[in-house]
Amino acid sequence: MAEMIAPRQGYGEALVRLGEKHNDVVVLDADCAKANLTTMFKGKYPNRFFNIGISECDLVGTAAGLAVAGKVPFANAYANFLTGRAFDQMRVSVCYSNNNVKIVGHNAGTSAAQEGATHLPLEDISLMRSLPRMTVIVPADSLEMEKAVEAAYHFEGPVYLRVGKLPVPVVTKREDPFVIGKAKFYKEGGDVSIISTGIMLDEALKAAEELETQGISAEVIHVHTIKPIDAEAIIKTASKTKHVVTVEEHSIIGGLGSAVAEVLSENCPVPVKRVGTNDRFGVSGKMDELLDFFELRSHRIVSSAFELLKEKAPV
Amino acid sequence: MTITVEKNAYLKDLTKKIRRHIVKMTHHAGSGHPGGSLSATELLTVLFNEHMRVDPKNPDWNDRDCFFLSKGHCTPVYYSVLAEKGFFPVEELMTFRDVDGRLHGHPCGEHIPGVDISSGSLGQGLSVGNGVALAAKLDGSERRSYVMIGDGELQEGQVWEAAMTTAHYNLDNVCAIIDWNKIQLDDFVENVKGVKNLGDKFRSFGWHVIEIDGHDLEQVDEAYREAERTKGRPTAILAHTVKGKGISFMEDTHEWHGLAPNDEQLEIALKELE
Repeated sequence: MAEMIAPRQGYGEALVRLGEKHNDVVVLDADCAKANLTTMFKGKYPNRFFNIGISECDLVGTAAGLAVAGKVPFANAYANFLTGRAFDQMRVSVCYSNNNVKIVGHNAGTSAAQEGATHLPLEDISLMRSLPRMTVIVPADSLEMEKAVEAAYHFEGPVYLRVGKLPVPVVTKREDPFVIGKAKFYKEGGDVSIISTGIMLDEALKAAEELETQGISAEVIHVHTIKPIDAEAIIKTASKTKHVVTVEEHSIIGGLGSAVAEVLSENCPVPVKRVGTNDRFGVSGKMDELLDFFELRSHRIVSSAFELLKEKAPV
Repeated sequence: MTITVEKNAYLKDLTKKIRRHIVKMTHHAGSGHPGGSLSATELLTVLFNEHMRVDPKNPDWNDRDCFFLSKGHCTPVYYSVLAEKGFFPVEELMTFRDVDGRLHGHPCGEHIPGVDISSGSLGQGLSVGNGVALAAKLDGSERRSYVMIGDGELQEGQVWEAAMTTAHYNLDNVCAIIDWNKIQLDDFVENVKGVKNLGDKFRSFGWHVIEIDGHDLEQVDEAYREAERTKGRPTAILAHTVKGKGISFMEDTHEWHGLAPNDEQLEIALKELE
């Protein structure tokens, strides 16, 4: 049984280590420091922490100014308010101005849980992916989050990092390499490709096991960087298996599923099934209940794989 | 008297030169924003030539003062002041808004020497200015942040979010310049959504407020000096200006917010600016 750790825990700790090594790291929050665990950084480096208050647009603009002055700001807020409300600030003051700002969206996906629809970010990846110059990173677990924070710092340019609040299984390994823009093959297989992002890697691996017991060999690829997408890896697996299921804790409009479908339709047209939330808002519920509610579960990945294989099977 | 007679004459001449650029550039492009550029001419000319610590030969100098044109549409005056200061050749002004040029309709921070941020979406400049000012405090640097905001632009909520941040962090190295020309795109500001009692608004947000005639070179110069002297809180210079200032038919009308002069109008304008 994998250890359960909240991705925000790995984020908070990694930020402190980053602050220790690099004086130019500054952290901003929009009155969610306790929830986002940027309190860890604040505790250690109070001078380099700025609570900008409940004003996401000002938060992002201030971060842009800090970047103009040579700092490497990490601007934190709940993902939906940050990406929805401050979209234009990211577009103009960050991306168009090419400022080295790290945008960190918290309470990601179902981890906003019982807060309900207003707080459940299911569109953030889609929004961030549409911005020129924005790199979009969605780590699988706390351990990968730590690597992503480090990589985001060393990457010159705007980055969006998606961070979950509640404990999820740690499925990646300490020794796994993390390179922005490079997908990782977690399991080899020949019949169907399961391409996942974020915490869905866990369900993807479970689905592959279930498929195996039914005689279907699934390949599992984890795409932590949704933009720039690793087209090479996606084309490679799709050319091999000819069947692709994508899985994400996000709307199927504009997220990983869309990104993969875009790559494949132009380069290697094979049938694709997208598992994610449909064109709808969330509800209140415990995270596990929400994952069930949206069917962000291995059984849905398995049934999607079967649907694909059936479609392609000779009559 | 804060500036000498000679200096006053020099600056006066320079503002005339800049106004000529503004009408010529917008005429060249067949579009652009002369009204709000002409109202801000003295404010920007004095700022860049008498107060800002910048080096046109080294525009990215770490310790430089920063200026953010939050009312990003007023590029004709901004580019003219930068060119006259030596950031890029004056001849380049006649590529304004050209598809193969870098002097876009709204400033692109990445391409133009001396421009520190892209702008054009109103309301964002003060937040950015605050960011630079926070970094300066952190680094123990003397650098200052200047932000020019239009009066119509004050309808954008982010300006007030940012105004709270500036005061909360006691950023006395921030100076906001409000080009209070009373007119926005559609109509007089008071007819669209009034921004009355501006001094009280900024004072109640914790700012030091200076109210001046934004076309009086001495008053403008003295306001920047007072801002530099003011410690512990940020300064807002509320500059009463005339939209379209200097060209009779452009003055005090929203018609010339975003309209370029035709050949005949250009000729009249240049004559008035002789």
